[in-house]
Amino acid sequence: MSQQAPKPRIVVINHQAANIHSVGKALERCGADVEITDSAGALLAADGAVLPGVGASDAAMRALGELALIEPIREFVRSGRPMLSVCLGMQILFPESDEGDLPGLGLVDGRVARFDVDGPKGGAPRLKVPHMGWNTVRFTAPDAERHPVFRGIPDGSYFYFVHSYLCLPSNPGDIAATTDYGGTVCAAVVKGELIATQFHPEKSAELGLRIYANFVRHVAETAATRVA
Amino acid sequence: MLAHRIIPCLDIDRGRVVKGVSFVDLRDAGDPAELARFYNDAGADELVFLDITASSDQRATMIDVVRRVSSEVFIPLTVGGGLRSIGDIRRMLEAGADKVSLNTAAINRPELIREAAAEFGSQCIVLAIDAKRVDGPAEILPDGEPDLAAESPWRVFTHGGRNVTALDAVKWARYGAELGAGEILITSMDTDGQKKGYDLELLRAISDAVTIPVIASGGAGNLGHMYDALNEGRSDAVLAASIFHFGEYTVSEAKRYLADRGLPVRPPVTGGTA
Repeated sequence: MSQQAPKPRIVVINHQAANIHSVGKALERCGADVEITDSAGALLAADGAVLPGVGASDAAMRALGELALIEPIREFVRSGRPMLSVCLGMQILFPESDEGDLPGLGLVDGRVARFDVDGPKGGAPRLKVPHMGWNTVRFTAPDAERHPVFRGIPDGSYFYFVHSYLCLPSNPGDIAATTDYGGTVCAAVVKGELIATQFHPEKSAELGLRIYANFVRHVAETAATRVA
Repeated sequence: MLAHRIIPCLDIDRGRVVKGVSFVDLRDAGDPAELARFYNDAGADELVFLDITASSDQRATMIDVVRRVSSEVFIPLTVGGGLRSIGDIRRMLEAGADKVSLNTAAINRPELIREAAAEFGSQCIVLAIDAKRVDGPAEILPDGEPDLAAESPWRVFTHGGRNVTALDAVKWARYGAELGAGEILITSMDTDGQKKGYDLELLRAISDAVTIPVIASGGAGNLGHMYDALNEGRSDAVLAASIFHFGEYTVSEAKRYLADRGLPVRPPVTGGTA
């Protein structure tokens, strides 16, 4: 990265159930000053945050609760600083999930449901769950009107997905991108500076790194604006 | 549309690639990170690293390999070989592996699949099955075990096909999925190394028995074999080693071949990145 501005400080929220390592390395490669942390203080002092996630939603919410991070995450998002939530990190933004009993963060309206294994209509081939592998992503807005994090990504690009539950935002305007798996599936959410992907940018080769590079640049720009 | 995956598999012994790539000008063709970069650039959809290190005191080396590779290559990485406990699995995932494959340890103690899936999620637990066609009467499994006695022609083998178990390969795949495996990696010990094609009948039997993704392994000799495994064999992904390592075909040639025949694949991306 060729930028004179100081590196943006981005925290990766460590709740012990995530592919933290790859997320951290992807951010570093894109020019961020990365801290992997479970400290609320570090989170609230950061310019941007990533909420990663793999595994089960109850385990993640329980870990965030034990680490006393639930309210700080909400506060961070309310402050208008960019947060990128990945995979399970996107699913726990919703208030409730079929997967578990614990409430989610409630930052996006809607719910999380299990894939219908029998497919959307009778006679259709059984859907394999997890939805695992590279699938095409279509954005709901043209490039120039997207959130900066998703600019420059050709429509129909492949990204790597691994999930057994799908997000159902109740406000269609929150859906930034979709994919197709037994029907249309929400692939990305944008709500203000809350950005979320169901796919794993840190496992999606060059185009995934482009999303992290966009995110790092965007965090740097918003941090500069806040100071100014 | 969900793409079929093409997955090169690398054997790692004491931190070095063995049976490695021999056709390109790599600075160090035994370096797992260099080969991982090479396959990533060629458009590989995932990588599988199989630790074939015999001595367990060398296992820590594999953790360093995984950490190094996952710091540089941003595609999914599956690690298998010698993982016996939740602790073993945790160390690999923390080092940056996305999935682990379990084979003998799961046969010895199937509950390991359930425990690992509960702890880390099904998506990172791959059940690797080595299967071989066997004639003759099925062994009777002890009472109290789930009914996994042989009915299909394929039995589960261990130790690279040397030791037969009493398990029916198709039933074992189904039981593994019930226990929480997120994916099946099925290798035919009949076709492995023969380069005459995957065992399509076995692939179809496994694919039809489970609702989790199936990776076909063993027997790729040309690109038509890969097409057959995905099409007739109904697999979701194909794993291959020598066909790529010895430069007979590149990953991008394989993708072009499959795409030309109407199968969805992720085209290799070229151009600028971060």
